[in-house]
Amino acid sequence: MIRITPGSDSTARRTLSGAARILLALKLDGPLLVGLSLVAIYGLVVLYSASGQDWGTVLRAATRLGIGTVAMLALAQVRPQQLRAAAPWLWCIGLVMLIIVDAMGVIGKGAQRWLDLGFVRFQPSEIMKLAVPMFGAWYLRERPLPPTAPDLAILAGIILVPAGLTALQPDLGTAVLITIGGVLLVIMAGLSVWFMVGAFVVGGVGAWFGWSMLHDYQRNRVLTFLDPQSDPLGAGYHIIQSQIAIGSGGLFGKGWMNGSQSQLEYLPERHTDFIFAVIGEEFGLLGLTLLLLLYLFVVARALYLAAQTQDTFARLLASSLALTFFVYIFINAGMVSGLLPVVGVPLPLVSYGGTSMVTLLAGFGILMALYSHRKLIGS
Amino acid sequence: MAGAVRIKDLQKELRMFEGRSIFAAATIALLCLLLIGRLVLLQIVRYDYYTELSQGNRARLEPIPANRGLILDRNGAVLAENQPSYQLELVREQVPDLEQTLNALVSIGLIPPEELNDVRRLIRSRRGFETVPVRLRLTEEQIARFAVHRHQFPGVEIQARSTRFYPHGALAVHALGYVGSISESDLARIDRGAYVGTSLIGKLGVEAARESQLHGHNGFREILVNAQGRSVQNQGVLDRNLRSEAPTAGTDLILSLDMPAQEAAEKAFLGRRGAAIALDPHTGDVLVLASMPGFDPGIFGRGITGVEYRELETNIDLPLFNRALRGIYPPGSTVKPVLGMAGLAYGIVTADQTKFCPGVYHLPNSRRIAREGRGGVHGTVSLRAAIAESCDVYFYDLAYHLDVDRMHEFLEPFGFGKPTGIDIAGERSGILPSREWKRKRFKNPSDGAWYPGDSVNFGIGQGFMSVTPMQLAQVTSVLAGQGAVFQPRLVTATRDPVTREITKVDPIPLPHVKGGTPEQWKVIMEGMRDTMTRGTARAIATTAEYHMAGKTGTAQAFSVAQNAKYVEKDVAERLRDHSWFIAFAPAESPQIAVAVLVENGGFGASAAAPIARQIMDAYLLPRLPKATPAAEATAAGEFGP
Repeated sequence: MIRITPGSDSTARRTLSGAARILLALKLDGPLLVGLSLVAIYGLVVLYSASGQDWGTVLRAATRLGIGTVAMLALAQVRPQQLRAAAPWLWCIGLVMLIIVDAMGVIGKGAQRWLDLGFVRFQPSEIMKLAVPMFGAWYLRERPLPPTAPDLAILAGIILVPAGLTALQPDLGTAVLITIGGVLLVIMAGLSVWFMVGAFVVGGVGAWFGWSMLHDYQRNRVLTFLDPQSDPLGAGYHIIQSQIAIGSGGLFGKGWMNGSQSQLEYLPERHTDFIFAVIGEEFGLLGLTLLLLLYLFVVARALYLAAQTQDTFARLLASSLALTFFVYIFINAGMVSGLLPVVGVPLPLVSYGGTSMVTLLAGFGILMALYSHRKLIGS
Repeated sequence: MAGAVRIKDLQKELRMFEGRSIFAAATIALLCLLLIGRLVLLQIVRYDYYTELSQGNRARLEPIPANRGLILDRNGAVLAENQPSYQLELVREQVPDLEQTLNALVSIGLIPPEELNDVRRLIRSRRGFETVPVRLRLTEEQIARFAVHRHQFPGVEIQARSTRFYPHGALAVHALGYVGSISESDLARIDRGAYVGTSLIGKLGVEAARESQLHGHNGFREILVNAQGRSVQNQGVLDRNLRSEAPTAGTDLILSLDMPAQEAAEKAFLGRRGAAIALDPHTGDVLVLASMPGFDPGIFGRGITGVEYRELETNIDLPLFNRALRGIYPPGSTVKPVLGMAGLAYGIVTADQTKFCPGVYHLPNSRRIAREGRGGVHGTVSLRAAIAESCDVYFYDLAYHLDVDRMHEFLEPFGFGKPTGIDIAGERSGILPSREWKRKRFKNPSDGAWYPGDSVNFGIGQGFMSVTPMQLAQVTSVLAGQGAVFQPRLVTATRDPVTREITKVDPIPLPHVKGGTPEQWKVIMEGMRDTMTRGTARAIATTAEYHMAGKTGTAQAFSVAQNAKYVEKDVAERLRDHSWFIAFAPAESPQIAVAVLVENGGFGASAAAPIARQIMDAYLLPRLPKATPAAEATAAGEFGP
């Protein structure tokens, strides 16, 4: 691995390859980019099989990857100061759009997640995935850490207001992800261990309360998680079929495009939320382990980059983005393999659809920006 | 102040951040281990379990129906075979809008509008997931038309099925039987597992009696289906481990029937109702088994409609009724040869002894009289002449003296009053009356007593006595064999469908019927021979190239009052007497024994006897040496009217 540090000697500079120079100029991190690319390529290969050999789907997914890469590239150029300055505004704009979407949902009497701006349709909740940790990091940037109780109250507002609005759409999965992104930030900011334990207890009570607030289909998903066999053809169908798919894949899998569960459409949402099961069925335990290793490399590199940043805002935001990425992976893999309830979280960079791919890559763009501009902050 | 705090915090915060990073990394490692552990559990530990489940998911067992065994006649002519046909099948629960679908099928001409109601009722009567055949035997054009519109009809498919085809149509239908849809009562007695994929089952005759042999053994194959249950076999998907087992075709059956003779018999009926059976006295082979009218067995195999079935069922001629095995008629005079032998055997009469027939018989010690059935006066008759001329008075007197016990005892071994044991089901027993029988038959003791008048009626095969045509054929066979007899059978051999190896079934001999002494047998044979040369049936046999021996019979369909005289032309057609004729030929060494009944045919010689002649000609002429002189012509000249 080539380390580029300020003040390194000229011999080191001369050993840089042309590619590294380009990366340096583009403010991108090579290892992270390689890791992300490998995951994305693996994802496209699987998607071709999971979509029932549909090139159209693969092309659309590749297009989204391209858009995400452009977003990553663009954000990597932005100076951390500008990101910091933009954080409150981004959060506020996201909040307004969330309210609009919720209001449209009420008027339209149905689930509403999308905002159509005419030229582009996107989910404001996706913006919040970035805006919440950005705003949280912005809020904590000058405050002494660990955060005090009043700080925590304000952070709770920063996190839970958009998460609640998202849950109202209703989009439980994204709401959970927004909350987790914010909570991870607060934990990295030094949230006291006792507070975490306390929150765990309060959370239990809150879960009981939240239960009464859930929509029936959301409740069903939770119930089904607890006992999938109770409704094998109804709500339990997803999870039973995905476990059959993974389990029957064995160590080596049934081979690319040879997964009977996936190819014969027993596996629901095979190319979106449940694509992890397709990998398990067709490439077996080895294929899943390979994917997890690639993911872990990305997470490890992202955490390393976060550790290299030099100010509180960058550190908190970068580490929160890195950890959130892992949480996405874990929630999706856990839900598909039956460890967690089915909450509708896509597998990062592999699942087809949504704007989540773009958001994720944008997040990595921010991460790279925070890392590659760090000497400017120091000077 | 803020600045000082910040500087101090920076060190502490860095240390804290490092701690938190390590904590986060540890948590990540832990969660990854948890995840890997879960995957190992699913993919390694429970691999077999989930493999089984996934196999069950995608593979559906599809039965491959076995080819039903063929049925051949004794000459190798195919009587029943299998033909592929294309039918339109519908699964209700897969059809989004049944009414719309049915109307669309009508509009493209796949369902005739007049059958729409029947089809609708048929579909409603089945369960939603069952496959209902809505139209059978599609034409090529209909198949093509459906193919064009196929996408509009989810849940409707064209399937190739094997249906039973009877090349000879209605010929011998009551012997062959037919196949039809498996009914609820069929399901109760068969092994359902063995019939998965089979839609037709033998209903009557040989088709039913030999169902287990004909059916064969269904095979199966696993086919890949998607979550909607559609086969994806042809989409190039997978797989290597699908199981299959080839079906074993049913055994071919070779019947004793002789189709030329069968056809001759059925044609000779000229549309009248009745039955004809011909047996080979040396084996019990059923050469002809006709019950008229018949019906086309093919309509059941292709799915009979309610209208068609009601038509068959309510037809006044009862085409579904197997008269040969289930029709119960008084034997009339056909019983006379046997009773004559009984007279000889018990010493009531001798061959030379004569009686005088004045045309009417006065019962001793009674004011009751019995008339000569067909009128006329026979004058002085011997037993031989009484059989040939069918003199009732002779037999009234004979029966009176024999009495019921001895008649019952003597007739019973001949096969009266019990099923012949033919190898198809449904045979009835008829009645061979006895004192015992009559006592049980009537509750009132005075009605249940046996009177001499009953015996007298018995003497001419009237009164309580009744037989089936099958039974009378068997009796004729006993007469032809002079006591040697075999159990009637339709299946003479089986043929392996693959190796074509024929396994013959041995004839089943029945206990020899003693009857009388050889001399006494000879008297009866001569009487039956005389019937054909100078007796009641002389008109039938005059041109035959072989010698026949026979007996006519006329059975009352209803009782004529004591003093009234039966006048044929005055009686409505369906109340007329039944016409019987039994015969065997060649008289010297019988090869065929025939019993013919024509319902309401009147006098036996006029309606039934010509049919027997047709049967015998069809069967015997190809089998007789051509050199045989037509001795019958001389005989006719000698004894002609």
